[in-house]
Amino acid sequence: MTRFEKAFGKGPALVCFITAGDGDTAANLDALVEGGADVIELGMPFTDPMADGPAIQQANIRSLAKGTRTADILNMARSFRARHPEVPLVLMGYANPMTIRGPEWFAAECAKAGVDGVICVDIPSEEDAELGPALREAGVAMIRLATPTTDAARLPAVLEGSSGFLYYVSVAGITGMQQAAQASIEEAVARLKSASDLPVAVGFGVRTPDQAREIARVADGVVVGSALVDLVKQHGEAAPAAIRELTEALAEAVHTAR
Amino acid sequence: MTATPQPNSFRNQPDEHGHFGRFGGRYVAETLMPLILDLEKEYRAAKTDPAFRAEFDDLLANFVGRPSPLYHAPRMTQHYRDLAPEGMGPKIYFKREELNHTGAHKINNCVGQILLARRMGKTRIIAETGAGQHGVATATVAARFGLPCTIFMGAKDVERQKPNVFRMKLLGAEVQPVTSGAETLKDAMNEALRDWVANVHDTFYIIGTAAGPHPYPELVRDFQSVIGTETREQMMRAEGRLPDMLLAAVGGGSNAIGMFHPFLDDPDVAMIGVEAAGHGVETGEHAASIAGGKPGILHGNRTYLLQDEDGQITEAHSISAGLDYPGLGPEHSWLHESGRVRYVPITDKQALEAFQLCCALEGIIPALESAHALAALPEVTRTLGRDKLLVVNVSGRGDKDIFTVAEALGADI
Repeated sequence: MTRFEKAFGKGPALVCFITAGDGDTAANLDALVEGGADVIELGMPFTDPMADGPAIQQANIRSLAKGTRTADILNMARSFRARHPEVPLVLMGYANPMTIRGPEWFAAECAKAGVDGVICVDIPSEEDAELGPALREAGVAMIRLATPTTDAARLPAVLEGSSGFLYYVSVAGITGMQQAAQASIEEAVARLKSASDLPVAVGFGVRTPDQAREIARVADGVVVGSALVDLVKQHGEAAPAAIRELTEALAEAVHTAR
Repeated sequence: MTATPQPNSFRNQPDEHGHFGRFGGRYVAETLMPLILDLEKEYRAAKTDPAFRAEFDDLLANFVGRPSPLYHAPRMTQHYRDLAPEGMGPKIYFKREELNHTGAHKINNCVGQILLARRMGKTRIIAETGAGQHGVATATVAARFGLPCTIFMGAKDVERQKPNVFRMKLLGAEVQPVTSGAETLKDAMNEALRDWVANVHDTFYIIGTAAGPHPYPELVRDFQSVIGTETREQMMRAEGRLPDMLLAAVGGGSNAIGMFHPFLDDPDVAMIGVEAAGHGVETGEHAASIAGGKPGILHGNRTYLLQDEDGQITEAHSISAGLDYPGLGPEHSWLHESGRVRYVPITDKQALEAFQLCCALEGIIPALESAHALAALPEVTRTLGRDKLLVVNVSGRGDKDIFTVAEALGADI
């Protein structure tokens, strides 16, 4: 059984995102796990984060300004895996930093560091050859995004070759902005689950325990990112306590939703 | 010597997935993918629709003012003959894109794309702009067709291109200053993509250059190919034969690809794309993606990019705001690697000299972008005989640049 299967097998899972190199990343990651996060997404900063709203854009800039390198991010992943052998870890980011040294290099580094899956925002299924085959060969999940614009005709192509879980981007938009209507989320999750056996996690615009609880009634997972990243902006190196507190509230809401 | 295998034609790219060799592609968020596929379908249909073509041609003739003249530049020709070794110094022609409505080649593409937007039933237009030329051209066609329009422009560019910002506002566009990143063209494009993702249902994104996800590089090239097609006919009329060399500046590369594409399968026509070398490629402060970059993925396509070894995009520098971008169109990357087009870097300083020379000798104030193409003349005219024909694409007029040039020359206006 993979770490993903275990994490999603216990009922609705809380998936938490923070940006690597923004604040004290190791302490932030530990706070997420202590607070009850079931899956961790570690954002790889990029100079041009086209799919992100202001919160995560600024986190990327803060991280890169501190000199965060790809090697540092892989080290953060490696030490996370040593401290938390059971918690699934996903790297999330953009195509260029992931493929610049070749997809095989990146896939092998992910596998060595104990990374379970990769989300690449700007590699749609049409360009899967850029990264997908290398990840699958290395035993790392290629986690795909489905969106409100992914229609029935496209969905099979999106699902082909994807594993770990399916990330439903609940709004056509960028991260951290408006939240989708609950009815549209319920309809979309039902549609995705009828087409795939993968767990479906819902994200984009989810900030509060109340929102998370509603979504967890129908989805296998709830993703929270910008609200956590905002805490790093607000508290800097002292963010872990605030992160732990918000994560506890979110985890309580998600885990008791049904 | 083993020759690199050459394709049968240089004019049949991209393939059905939007790849020019290993370049191009569709590296976009899933939200945009269905729209990109839809755009491709609509473009295929429009391409073979005589009514679409007729409307495009009519607007180019009567709204833009095409054809633009192919002008023999007698004093520039003489100037370089005087400097060149005996018997050298080609006959120089200018393709006068600066005479188009709004003062540059940008309008050709905007006319084509807004017709596509209407065909797709989109009711809102967005665009990115650097110097403001593409923003003005987009605002112009949006006004012409009565569609609301938002232009994303780096806050730094808003500050240094005030006349164009005001033009856009007069034309009814909303100008949205972008404060992320270095606040220039690249960041404006990021912000336009973010807006598009959030408004896919009603919004058409008019990309200003032959870059971005497929089918943009192809359709922008096709709309701009009117430049090369006219040049061909005009040169045949003027000289009874094809030119020997074409020169064009390359930022994203739409004026260059528009000029080059109709000639790519004429092996005797040499082509040079001029990149902006800023303070010099060796200083690191430049915008020469081919001379100083390597292939990577940004803004929807794989192409040559300025970047560090981790794939983080580095800031471009050029005195010309329109060339101040850390990448170029994917077809140029392919033409570079296939060897069909030669790309050369030209510094700010060289461009400024060519700018002044063109003003003084031909009575034409060229855009700083076009001045980069003109600045390649000192080198290339030395090796082309007097019987050769050379065409420079004067892609835009330089009125917008007089403040920048004045500052660079230490003049007070």
